[in-house]
Amino acid sequence: MDILSLLVAVPVLTVLVLFFINDNQLVRIISALGIGIETLLTLFITKSYLAERQAGNAAEFLFTRDTVWFEPMNIHYFVGVDGISVAMLLLTAIVLLAGVFISWNIEDLTKEFYISLIVLGTGVFGFFIALDLFTMFLFYEVAVIPMYLLIGIWGTGPKEYAAMKLTLMLMGASAILLVAILGIYYYSGMTFNMQEIAQMQMPIHAQRFFFPLAFVGFGVLGALFPFHTWSPDGHASAPTAVSMLHAGVLMKLGTYGAFRVAMYLMPQAAHEYSTFFMGVAAIGVIYGAFGAIRQTDLKYINAYSSVSHLGLIFFGMMALNKIGYTGAVLQMISHGLMTAVFFALIGMLYSRTHTRDVTKMGGLLKILPFIAVVYVIIGMASLGLPGLSGFVAEMNIFVGAFQNPDFIHRAFSVLAVSAIVVTAVYILRVVGMMLMGPVKNDEFYKLPKAVWYERVGALLVLLPVIAIGVAPMWLTTLIQDSLGNIVEHLAAYGH
Amino acid sequence: MNNYLLMRDEFVLLGIILLLLIAEILLIGKNRKIVAGIATGLFIVHTVIGFLPLPEGTLFGGSFRTTHLLHQMKNIMNVGVVILLLQTWTWAREEWSGRGRISEFYFLIFSTLLGMYYMVSSGDFLMFFLGLELASLPIAGLVAYDLTKMRSAEAGAKFILMAGVSSAVSVFGISLIYGITGSLYFSEIAQNFHVSGLGTIGLLFFMSGLAFKISLVPFHFWTPDVYEGAPVPVTSYLSVISKAAAVFALAIILFLIGREFVSIWKPAIYWMAVMTMTVGNLFALRQKNMKRFLAFSSVAQAGFILLGILSFDKVGLSAVVYFAAIYIFSNLATFGVVQVISLKTGKEQMDDYNGLYRTNPKLALVMLLGLFSLAGIPPVAGFFGKFFLFMSAAAHGYYWLVIISVINVTISLYYYLLVVRAMFLRKSDTPIEPFQAEIPVKIGLALTVVGILALGLYSPFYDFILQLTTNI
Repeated sequence: MDILSLLVAVPVLTVLVLFFINDNQLVRIISALGIGIETLLTLFITKSYLAERQAGNAAEFLFTRDTVWFEPMNIHYFVGVDGISVAMLLLTAIVLLAGVFISWNIEDLTKEFYISLIVLGTGVFGFFIALDLFTMFLFYEVAVIPMYLLIGIWGTGPKEYAAMKLTLMLMGASAILLVAILGIYYYSGMTFNMQEIAQMQMPIHAQRFFFPLAFVGFGVLGALFPFHTWSPDGHASAPTAVSMLHAGVLMKLGTYGAFRVAMYLMPQAAHEYSTFFMGVAAIGVIYGAFGAIRQTDLKYINAYSSVSHLGLIFFGMMALNKIGYTGAVLQMISHGLMTAVFFALIGMLYSRTHTRDVTKMGGLLKILPFIAVVYVIIGMASLGLPGLSGFVAEMNIFVGAFQNPDFIHRAFSVLAVSAIVVTAVYILRVVGMMLMGPVKNDEFYKLPKAVWYERVGALLVLLPVIAIGVAPMWLTTLIQDSLGNIVEHLAAYGH
Repeated sequence: MNNYLLMRDEFVLLGIILLLLIAEILLIGKNRKIVAGIATGLFIVHTVIGFLPLPEGTLFGGSFRTTHLLHQMKNIMNVGVVILLLQTWTWAREEWSGRGRISEFYFLIFSTLLGMYYMVSSGDFLMFFLGLELASLPIAGLVAYDLTKMRSAEAGAKFILMAGVSSAVSVFGISLIYGITGSLYFSEIAQNFHVSGLGTIGLLFFMSGLAFKISLVPFHFWTPDVYEGAPVPVTSYLSVISKAAAVFALAIILFLIGREFVSIWKPAIYWMAVMTMTVGNLFALRQKNMKRFLAFSSVAQAGFILLGILSFDKVGLSAVVYFAAIYIFSNLATFGVVQVISLKTGKEQMDDYNGLYRTNPKLALVMLLGLFSLAGIPPVAGFFGKFFLFMSAAAHGYYWLVIISVINVTISLYYYLLVVRAMFLRKSDTPIEPFQAEIPVKIGLALTVVGILALGLYSPFYDFILQLTTNI
């Protein structure tokens, strides 16, 4: 078995083992062990990837493995990674591992919780390594469907409604995506192989029809305005680890897919539609930011801020130049980490104070120093403070977008940049109301401090945020070569 | 004489039927429960024999044909029936052996299966019609099996009336086709048919007979009432085996005679597909009774199968057979669970399933897999079946039909998730008590799970079916 398939095999094996275990503590330990191995594996892949690149291996995808699956349909199990997917794998592994630790205190149907969580993780890992559209689509759906159970069983609030809404919107989007995938297949000589499709120029009329289907199909999962409405409800009701994984990783499936499938395979249509989707993304950025200002529920604030930040990713992509793409990919990772920490902290706060309403909290900095300090750091990253990951990403996106000399593009860029100010407002407002000031409720003095598994979970994700901010070069080198290929490809076919 | 071995499967099944007819006479004074074992055992032997290789050929001057494809279609149906018999083990033994009607059940089931064999294997319209009638009439007896229950008797009467009318329309269509072409043989019809007003009516009338059996909209009105009134095993049989057989027959006959006049039947199939999946879905949304719910869901599923027939090529036909095989396993899984629960507790409403996972986790998981397979969620088999159907339709440019279908898939996901919601998300004050099913029933459920998990991921199965379709 090749090393990439191990990424799928390890979680699958973990799930199979979990099926036969009935002791809750053992379930947790085995889950942590399985995902721990998975994380080590990802680190190892990153290391060997960098080594290969340094040794001068210039192939577009490394560690590929191509096995025929359904021969008559030309369906293959085809996996491989480039720098972007390696970065996404790293992100997934970190957030998933943190999620396993954060959920340590789940007592109701513990085994089922971890099984669903890891099945979700399997889908995500498979998605990021897949280079065959069929395989990719299969993993995509595997990643989405466990959300229904995860939110529906272990969620809070109107969980049945939120779970159903989220699942139906995402699966509906994947249905649209299916049509796009079939179209791509038949208009590029009956192949699902992305490398081959990229070399073949689809006829422009087909691109015009299928690009919006593919872009929106993935876009819904990336909370592309106006299809973002599942996201606030879904996140608010989901249990902590699921919010982390969903906002941190699963939504990146949408942006990654929009980039890898829609734009990469249909470059001409991407150029034609770029202004339109840039506008949509800009609206999402502004809308999300203003939405976050109006909310008082911590999870809703963060969900709307995610809509805003994911809008930035689409925005950066649609800049159609290397700086924009770099920013978009960096933002995927940076937002994935940030939002995961946010949701982890919100989960910790909620389990203590039993409220997520910021107006009812206050002065928590004195009582819960660890949680509060991490919250402030991550808040700063979120509003783009230099020295943390958010700044690097957003800087690239805006520079990239402004480089496009088209007037409308520049107008949208100015509009989107202005959202940063709004971001500062809602972040600082929360920090001020919730962490500073007098303690509003005497009960809060009794709140317990963060326990070991919470600290481990939060720090696991926080450290990369600082690492990227202080030394972004290691990440940019990782993704740079691969982006170079894509940029050349888009430039060559794009006009 | 040697040629008659082509009808090997039919002869074996006929032998079993005759044996069952006299079984109860031989068993006077003994425990009749043994009949269930005998019938199931004999049928398993029959299924195993069915897997032995069989040459291709025709009999009676072309009235009866068999090819490798037809042979395997019968095998697929056989496997479905085996699972069904295992699942109905308890029901047949406990409910009916005391009342002296146990062998009757098996006798009727096998008779209609024999009719389906002939329907699929027919080489002319005469044989087809004989098969159709033999497949329909015993079902009326099965539907009304629980005669003392009003609903069952009512459902039986409804079924026989509707089936009679649809057969009459169908045979009228056949007579028109005969009038134009001067032949009943498919091969001669395919050559002599020319598009005309009369021919259009003839073909559409003929198709309506099969559309009734598949319960395609607008020929579906009998489905919910009959499904709800009939005993669960019969409902299961109707919605799985009987439907699959009719789909096979429709596909085969259209492939044999349809080449020259696609302009007539393709639009009909196209619009029936659209209506069937949409109407089936919309009605399924509001159902509270599990049997009615599954009835409408199976109406919607039939709409998807038509996509493969519409594409009218090898790939499409293999997608139809592949999907039908998967559908048999998926639907038998859901019906199996409904049947077990209905028999043990008498509960059939969706609300009764609240909290099922906490009391009967295994049953809930089987149900979950079955529903996911019906909804087309990977990695279970239904995903592959649906994907290939959509692929075959997209290959011929039916993108709008595929879009309508995927929208319908999403709608169907909603109501499948309603059952998942009841089983996993909800809690109940009066949950279904934990219970153990009999071993054969467990095996019947386990087999469906194996099928649901393996048929999709294991690609040689599809390759095998595709290679069969070289000779229809």
